[in-house]
Amino acid sequence: MADMIDKLQFYFQFQFVRNVLIVGALIAVCAALLGVTLVLRHFSYIGDGLSHVAFGVMCVASVLDLADANALVMPITVLAAILLLRTGQNTKVKGDAAIAMISVSSLALGYMLMNIYGAKTNLTGDVCSTLFGSTSILTIKSKDVYMCLALFVIVVSIFVIFYRKIFAVTFDEDFARATGVKVNLYNNLLATIIAVVIVMAMNLVGSLLISALIIFPALSAMRIFKSFLKVTICSVVVSLVCAIIGILVSILAGTPVGPTIVTADMAVYFLFALAGGIKGRVA
Amino acid sequence: MAQLECKDLTIAFEDRTLYENLSFEVNSGDYVFVLGSNGAGKTTLVKTLLGLRKPTRGSIIIDDKLKEKGIGYLPQQKSMQRDFPASVMEVVTSACGGNRHERREQALAALDRLKVRELSAKSFSELSGGQQQRVLLARALCAAGGMLLLDEPVSGLDHTTTAEFYSMIRELNKEDGMTILMISHDIDAARRYGSHVLYISSEPRFMTAKRFFAQWEEENG
Repeated sequence: MADMIDKLQFYFQFQFVRNVLIVGALIAVCAALLGVTLVLRHFSYIGDGLSHVAFGVMCVASVLDLADANALVMPITVLAAILLLRTGQNTKVKGDAAIAMISVSSLALGYMLMNIYGAKTNLTGDVCSTLFGSTSILTIKSKDVYMCLALFVIVVSIFVIFYRKIFAVTFDEDFARATGVKVNLYNNLLATIIAVVIVMAMNLVGSLLISALIIFPALSAMRIFKSFLKVTICSVVVSLVCAIIGILVSILAGTPVGPTIVTADMAVYFLFALAGGIKGRVA
Repeated sequence: MAQLECKDLTIAFEDRTLYENLSFEVNSGDYVFVLGSNGAGKTTLVKTLLGLRKPTRGSIIIDDKLKEKGIGYLPQQKSMQRDFPASVMEVVTSACGGNRHERREQALAALDRLKVRELSAKSFSELSGGQQQRVLLARALCAAGGMLLLDEPVSGLDHTTTAEFYSMIRELNKEDGMTILMISHDIDAARRYGSHVLYISSEPRFMTAKRFFAQWEEENG
């Protein structure tokens, strides 16, 4: 135990390790807030889909040798998010099929472009770090921390200010629209935040992590709680705790950060599922 | 002036014209049953009246007073997530205005009106189908100033719950003067409670319930 504390104290002397913890915690909270409404609207897979879109655009930016890839990645991912959230409405290709279609197309095109035009030799390493965030997390700078902090403030503020509207749109979009709620405005706002969170998280911790951060905390909270507010709060707490535990374990055990956090999220889900089952039998 | 007036309404859905030149007026206190076979376009009509979709042609005129007060809407059961994690109060207050206290008071008043105040402390997902319908009706009441649009509100409910539900709607219509526009497949209920019938088909008809059922009996023996 004392060894573990010594090891953590040693690592936390370094600024980049402290940055990892801060960024991981901030992104975990943002993702969990978004996750509740996305899971309940059957858009659980949107995180994966959008991160694949971002991956595809990142490959294009890399081929074009753009100095700031985000200038291209961010607007296109936002646009994809808006289009995907509209697929529940009057479109030919619906929800999950549209996400799957855009997701695999972007992934395939991006990887193909990198293969044909990519000047870098370490192609497999690049793709792996984009998908799993295994190396990029060590390069988090103070600028990234401030950007995440700004994103965190924006996402939390939007959730607090528009909480009732977000609930109304999530619970029953048609009713909300019929009672004068500007559903399209909230959908577009939500889509923009989702895209920004995913791109930020992908740059920092990889696309695998962000998908799991969106889905697992919400699903875990729903196994225990039956009110939207309680599910939202529990989801945030679970996500935060799992992110911190995952990062600490990865430091101690030398495992990749993204998959370690996902493993912690999975473990909590199974614990909550068990507790939910017991609670259901008792009640 | 009528509360709601449709003029020469044409509704087309996915390249198929459902009906053309539908005109009718709904006045305050009317109890209109919207009848018709599956796929005739009853839900599409209600969604058009609510402004959720645009008519292919024609116009819908809503009285200024009603526009200001709002129209309550109870969607079809199959379009709802019955296992959604929400408390009853979260569901009902989502349609109420004002500050937190006012919203709570409005929601409790609506639950009281429907005689289900005791459900206020429960979770929506734990309720039976009939209780969930009452909670959703309470939500619709919070948003309704003078008219309720109900989309097959009793489908999937047992006989007793259906009778209770009809009785509740009738009370709202008779005692509170609420205008009701209800999509239904229940001919007996339309005959018993309806003041008017809007029959949706390729040649839609709107008339008093009495006249509609006189014609119906002539046509069907």
